[in-house]
Amino acid sequence: MRVYLSTVSRPGADPPDAGPRRQRLALVSGNVVALGTVSLITDISAEMVAAVLPLYLVLGLQLSPVAFGVLDGVHTGATALLRVVGGFVADRFRRRKLVAGVGYALSAVAKLGLLLAGRSVPAIGAVVAVDRLGKGVRSAPRDALITLSTPPEALGRAFGVHRAMDSVGAFLGPLAAFAVLLVVGQSYDAVFVTSFCVAALAVVVLVLFVREQPTTGPTTGPTSDPTADPDEPRVSVREAFGLLRSRPARRLLLAATMLGLATIGDGFVYLVLQRREDLGLRWFPLLAVGTSLAYLLLAAPLGVLADRIGRLPVVVGGYVALGVTYLLLSGPVHGWPALALTLALYGTFYAATDGVLIALAGPVLPPRLRTTGIALVQTGQALAYLVSSVVFGLAWQAWGPQTAVRAAAVVVVGVLVVTVLLLAAPSRPHSRRVSP
Amino acid sequence: MTVMSTRAKLGVVAASAVLLASVAAGYAAIAAEPARTPPPAAVGDQAVTLAPGPRLLAITDRYVSSVATADPGGPRTVSGLECLRVYAAAGTGVCLKPVTAWSYQVVVLDAALRQKRTLSVPGLPNRARVSASGRMVSWTTFVGGDSYTASGFSTRTGILDTVSGATVTSLEEFAITRDGRGYRSPDVNYWGVTFTADDNHFYATMATGGRRYLVRGDMAARTVETMRTNVECPSLSPDGTRIAFKEAIDADPTRGWRLSVLDLASGRVTATAETTSVDDQAAWLDDATLAYTLRQSDGRPDVFSVPADGSGAPKLLIPGAESPSPLT
Repeated sequence: MRVYLSTVSRPGADPPDAGPRRQRLALVSGNVVALGTVSLITDISAEMVAAVLPLYLVLGLQLSPVAFGVLDGVHTGATALLRVVGGFVADRFRRRKLVAGVGYALSAVAKLGLLLAGRSVPAIGAVVAVDRLGKGVRSAPRDALITLSTPPEALGRAFGVHRAMDSVGAFLGPLAAFAVLLVVGQSYDAVFVTSFCVAALAVVVLVLFVREQPTTGPTTGPTSDPTADPDEPRVSVREAFGLLRSRPARRLLLAATMLGLATIGDGFVYLVLQRREDLGLRWFPLLAVGTSLAYLLLAAPLGVLADRIGRLPVVVGGYVALGVTYLLLSGPVHGWPALALTLALYGTFYAATDGVLIALAGPVLPPRLRTTGIALVQTGQALAYLVSSVVFGLAWQAWGPQTAVRAAAVVVVGVLVVTVLLLAAPSRPHSRRVSP
Repeated sequence: MTVMSTRAKLGVVAASAVLLASVAAGYAAIAAEPARTPPPAAVGDQAVTLAPGPRLLAITDRYVSSVATADPGGPRTVSGLECLRVYAAAGTGVCLKPVTAWSYQVVVLDAALRQKRTLSVPGLPNRARVSASGRMVSWTTFVGGDSYTASGFSTRTGILDTVSGATVTSLEEFAITRDGRGYRSPDVNYWGVTFTADDNHFYATMATGGRRYLVRGDMAARTVETMRTNVECPSLSPDGTRIAFKEAIDADPTRGWRLSVLDLASGRVTATAETTSVDDQAAWLDDATLAYTLRQSDGRPDVFSVPADGSGAPKLLIPGAESPSPLT
């Protein structure tokens, strides 16, 4: 497997010398497949719980809506901070796999925590927080591992394949939960235990198959960092802050955060869609299914496309799709075709931006600080998203949904212009500088 | 870590999968509910009826039942009708009935528990109410939670006029006056309707912007207006002068609720003698007594009663039951 990896890890500037057959086989590295498998299994586990938790809380425990609402929303700030701390720890000790593993394990344990929390709302809140913390902690080291085990020119397809595998898990989760409930009746705790077992299996796969791709090592590609051998000083807090002083990294972070401001949130998109098309409320959950389906189908192809034509054009294309989605939400077209087109475009937006943006970010961030950098990008986006959804809520209140959505489309255009100005210049020279 | 061959690793994964699968299956086998056989539908003079009388309606082990008001802990009559929430008045009943584990119906019942009308509703059953005349029916379901990591929750509250057939599937269609001014927001949620004697006006809880309001609504005008904050799950007394409700302690629902009574004329709030957190829409047994469900730590419900004027002490009314309703 190591031979296989080093074959794909060759710098892109070199002509492939391993023969066309081998190149074709090596769509993505074994480590990416392993990480994708871990994500797939974990998402089955996570979505199993997500599918039954409302049933459990409302019907099993008879909690009121407000009690349920309180469980959510208060942990975002704390998890954002811990995500960056986790990213820094992963870089400092070069233990990205370990930190990711801790994140996956935390979420697994949280499933059992639901059994112990009983009817206590604060305890359930704490369990949900632990689960989210696990998710927050694991994403950046996982994405860093993907970038560090993939040659820069293949990052798009690596993330595409990873995100597609992730979505497959998300699709299977509710079905798995349904199957368990079908067998055991209304025993939600059996779903939680099953979900824990599934999550634990993902941790086993991670431990056995995911490898910490050393920044030193056989890789000679542009991702390798000559200063990162074991005798070199560890990443310091000072150096991490230095990341913010580096122009390309700062521009990237700024662009990612700006892009986060352009998204108003799934809840609002579906709500506007449901109201304007006067959909029966029973159809509401299917809107998310439609988007996920488009995401699932397009993530890998758009990742490959990003490697061919460049990541920035694909990300820009994704935000154009988002802008068109907003216009459709406020435009004159109605009916099922409009509905299908909206969901397809919204899924395209996710497929063209979610993984591709990290693929774009990876090479800009030094390998020594890649996890920290990715964590900063993800946190910046998450906080921006929080702001934009609040602002959109206020805009809706003041102007009504149609005008608010049109305003959001205008924001997308503005943000896109700024993003292109920020990213078009610096990211390319950087990758050229390290190319032979 | 010692280097393992891919084959050995796959072996370990397979072994772990088998082990974890047996843990899950073993737990499921222990936890699986024994197949519940619905109780035989009561027949003859044993049948549950919604006709007014000295009886209390409730749900025991998921089935609609009735007990004698004089002996609520005594023998009960159990029907074959499964409901998550039930309420009845003047011979009309409403039942939030499971269809599958994921879908529910609002069922309007006549005095003999026959289904007069069914409506499919989105979400999970939460509250149900019938106006004193039996004409107006209302329900609240809990919607959303497509993903528990996505922010927010929402409720849908509907009202059906059983005489005209007019149906409001969501109160969110109504125009809102908040603190005297028009108001609109995408985050508005309603729950817990209680009707006045004119079968047109109602009270309910409206939540928006992190606050919860008592609102007074007008069916014909399709409007609601806010009256005060921190009044949840209102329940109007039979004489129409007071509202029983759950008051969030220090206006913070995470600290629990105190069952309280608001005098509409004076605006005075009296806390009842029940100090346990009550998360229920209380029912008035008469002009002086409230009934409500409390749950034990394992979730098993019991119906309690307490005087509405703040005096006395809570009393266990119907053990092992929930969703109380006097048959008036």
